[in-house]
Order: sequence, then structure tokens, then C-alpha cells
Amino acid sequence: MPRTYQDLLAHARNEVPEIQVADLAARIAAGDAPLVVDVREQSEWDEGHVPGAVLVPRGFLESRIAGVARPDQEIILMCAGGNRSLLAGLTLQEMGFTNLLSLHGGFTRWKQSGNDVQVPRTLSPGQRARYSRHVLIPEVGEEGQLKLLDSKVLLIGAGGLGSPAAYYLAAAGVGTIGLVDDDVVDASNLQRQIIHTTDRVGMLKGESAKIAIEALNPDVKVNVHATRVNKDNVLDLLSGYDVIVDGADNFPTRYLLADASLMTRTPLVHASILRFEGHASVFTPYEGPCYRCLFPEPPPPDLAPSCGEAGVLGVLCGVMGNIQANEAIKVLLGIGDTLAGRLLVYDALGMSFTELKVRRDPHCPACGPDAKLEFRDYEAWCAGVGRHAATVGAPS
Amino acid sequence: MSTVRIPPVLRPAVGGVRELTVDGGTVGEVLEAIYAEHPAVRQQLVTEEGELHRFVNLYVNDEDVRMLEWLDTPVGERDTVLILPAMAGGAG
Repeated sequence: MPRTYQDLLAHARNEVPEIQVADLAARIAAGDAPLVVDVREQSEWDEGHVPGAVLVPRGFLESRIAGVARPDQEIILMCAGGNRSLLAGLTLQEMGFTNLLSLHGGFTRWKQSGNDVQVPRTLSPGQRARYSRHVLIPEVGEEGQLKLLDSKVLLIGAGGLGSPAAYYLAAAGVGTIGLVDDDVVDASNLQRQIIHTTDRVGMLKGESAKIAIEALNPDVKVNVHATRVNKDNVLDLLSGYDVIVDGADNFPTRYLLADASLMTRTPLVHASILRFEGHASVFTPYEGPCYRCLFPEPPPPDLAPSCGEAGVLGVLCGVMGNIQANEAIKVLLGIGDTLAGRLLVYDALGMSFTELKVRRDPHCPACGPDAKLEFRDYEAWCAGVGRHAATVGAPS
Repeated sequence: MSTVRIPPVLRPAVGGVRELTVDGGTVGEVLEAIYAEHPAVRQQLVTEEGELHRFVNLYVNDEDVRMLEWLDTPVGERDTVLILPAMAGGAG
């Protein structure tokens, strides 16, 4: 026998108990924080919803509810007027959910009764399309994507590591990308520095990267800093950025960044490359180890050839730069396990990844409790001048 | 016999190979065995006073020997010793 909409609703009302708006408001005010699942559509949600509620549109209810609640957990279902939530309750009962309530009168009555309404900041329709594959990931979602759009990442070097890192961070919608590089694009860069192009040889790397990023994603603001980072400008450069991506090509800059990261408490995403080998880690100031906990001193110049002297596989730059972009995004979103406390060593020739433990050095000359952190003459120090004096008091 | 992984900058000193198989019951003994076979490695890793340079990190498997027993850290047949100087490359 066919059943009308009214028949279905009457049946649902018999099966699914209801809660009144005043009772829900009282429970929320008392700090009870019940799980409120809003089964309306995205566009209705965007115009306002109960603070703390979770959106699971009714069309996705069966497939997404497991990510939100356990079958024995209390769920308060709500919609605009209190009917769709009753029908959603029937569906969840079929799935074995036992502790369900439907909000009588729904969001309309909630709002009419003068309760708090949260109007979310949302992605524009264009952004929702562009970042749809991010929004689908529970760990990112719309909230995470908005966070990325608000984030600021400073890349030191727009070269081998900075090119892929900046490109993917821009694609991911990191809202502000700073590029520090005083070099110009050279034909010999193009084997690996994929953000630059043949017709931009001779252009400042920051400007060239800015053209590529703006063509890829107009959401991203690019700050070009056509300078070499040094101890006089580093604190100004870092100011306002959430994460530093270290793609420098020399030890003086790397040790300077390590110290500045501690001074400004800005997480530092590290990678370095040579021939077929890459290193990567994340240094979270005063929480995890720092660069100098890992490498207290730089090697002498003859044991530290640059890629310009010793060569580097172009693809390796892409792998390691993208590992940096990956870690930067995790740091920005506060998700997953970063490489903090670990050094990842990648051997592209043997195709092996090795993880080494990195621990905080209790006597670290940079982040230890007795450290007197101040800028030094990094060029001289890395050349071996005054190395001994600089480490007096540190353990051997 | 344990496996020793050689970083790119030291490979010229050991005939270009990426790994060596070396005798020795401790990290110190393993290094001495390498120096005996490849004297150039000693020049790069050890100071004039005979101490290991501080820019050289040594690992047994995934653990830094500074956190273990330094050069006395035992090395078994199935262990891998990794010599790891910092690398600077990135932008260039």
C-alpha cells in the first residue's frame, strides 16, 4: 500500500523521540555539549547554524555518520523545521543507532527563540570547486582550507627545493607565500626548478615564481623579497609568517635560520639535497629538537659541497621540496605526525627511505636551557674560524 | 660483519661505493676497520687530536650514538652503521 509523506512523518514521529529547543539551549548553556548533527544542505548551513553543530547533509547521512558518531552515542538531529531530522532518525535507527533525538521545530524555531546562531566563514563557490579534493578529506575540510588560506609561509630560496614547495603550497591555497631569493633564473636551473621557465631566464627568481603562482592560483598573495637573508634582516623577514621552509643552499644561511626560528618561535621545515640523497625534518622551537641538536656544527667547506659543485638529480628536488610542502601543511593545520624528532634520509639511487631519531640535546648550544642564543658571524663560523671558541662549554 | 652506509661526500674516499661491510664489535672498531682499509676517511672524520669531528653524526640503525654509548656502542651482525654529515644543498 502506498504511503504518503504525511504517513512517513507520522511513523517517524512515533519512532524517534523529540527534544524541545528550550531544552537543547539549556543543555548547551550548562556546558553539556551534546552532539548536534545538522542534516540540512550546505547552503542552508552556510546561512547560520547552531554553534558547535556538525553538518552531515541528509543525502550523505548513511555514508558519513560513522565519521561523526558511534552507534551508542547520543545524537541530536536537526534540520530547518524538524521533519527531515525525524526521517534521518529513522535511517539511523535502521543503521543501529539507538540514542537519537530530533529537534522539534528545527533551526527555524531555534533562531526565532533568540538563541545564538553561528554564521560560518565559508569558501566562495569558486574556492569550493578549486579545493574540493581538500574539503573532502576529513582532516582538512572546509575549516582546514580556510585555515590554509589564512596561512603565511616564508620560503628561503626559490630554487631546487623552493620551486616545488612553493608551487604545491600555492596550489594548496596557502594564502600568503613569501619568497626570499636574490638570484636570477639561469638556464642551468631549469633541470629542476620547475616554477621557472625558459622565457624567464634572467628574471629575478622571486618575480618568475610569482608569475607562475599567480597563473596557478589567484587566491595566493606572493611577497617577493629580492634579498639574501642575513642576521640584519632575518627577524624582519620572518615577522608575520607561520612557518619557514628552508631551501637554502649553504650552511651559514641554514644555521642563521635555525637560530632565527628559535628566536621567533617559528617552526622550521628543513630539507637538504645532494646528488641522489635528501634529508628532511621539522624543527618545532622548544618542543622538539632544533637544527643544532641534530648538527651542532657545520662540516668544513671541503666536506660540504654545494649542488653547484657536486650536482643534484632534478627529480630529487621535487621529492624533497614536496615533502617540505607536505610537512608545512601539516604544521599549519595541526594534523598528523610531522617529521619533528625524526630525520628522513632519502636515497633516490637505492630508492630507500631511512628514518633516524633526533632528540633534543639537553646541552644544545642553541635551544638548551643554558644556551645564550644570539646571532653570530655565520660565514666565518662555517668557514671554521672561531669554531672552537663558539662551542666552549658544550659537551663533546 | 655489519653494514656501513657511506654518505655521498665520503664515497670518493672509499672507492665510490655506497655501503661497506665491515668487521667490528663496536662503532669505534668499525670505524678503525674502515680507516685501515681507506685511510682518507680518517682524515675527513677525525681531528688532529684523534677525536671525531663534531660535524659527523653516527647512527646505529636509527639511533644517534650520542644517545647510546658513543664509540663503545655495540654493533651486531644485523646492525647498520650510518655516517651522516650535514648537507647544505637546496636552492643553488
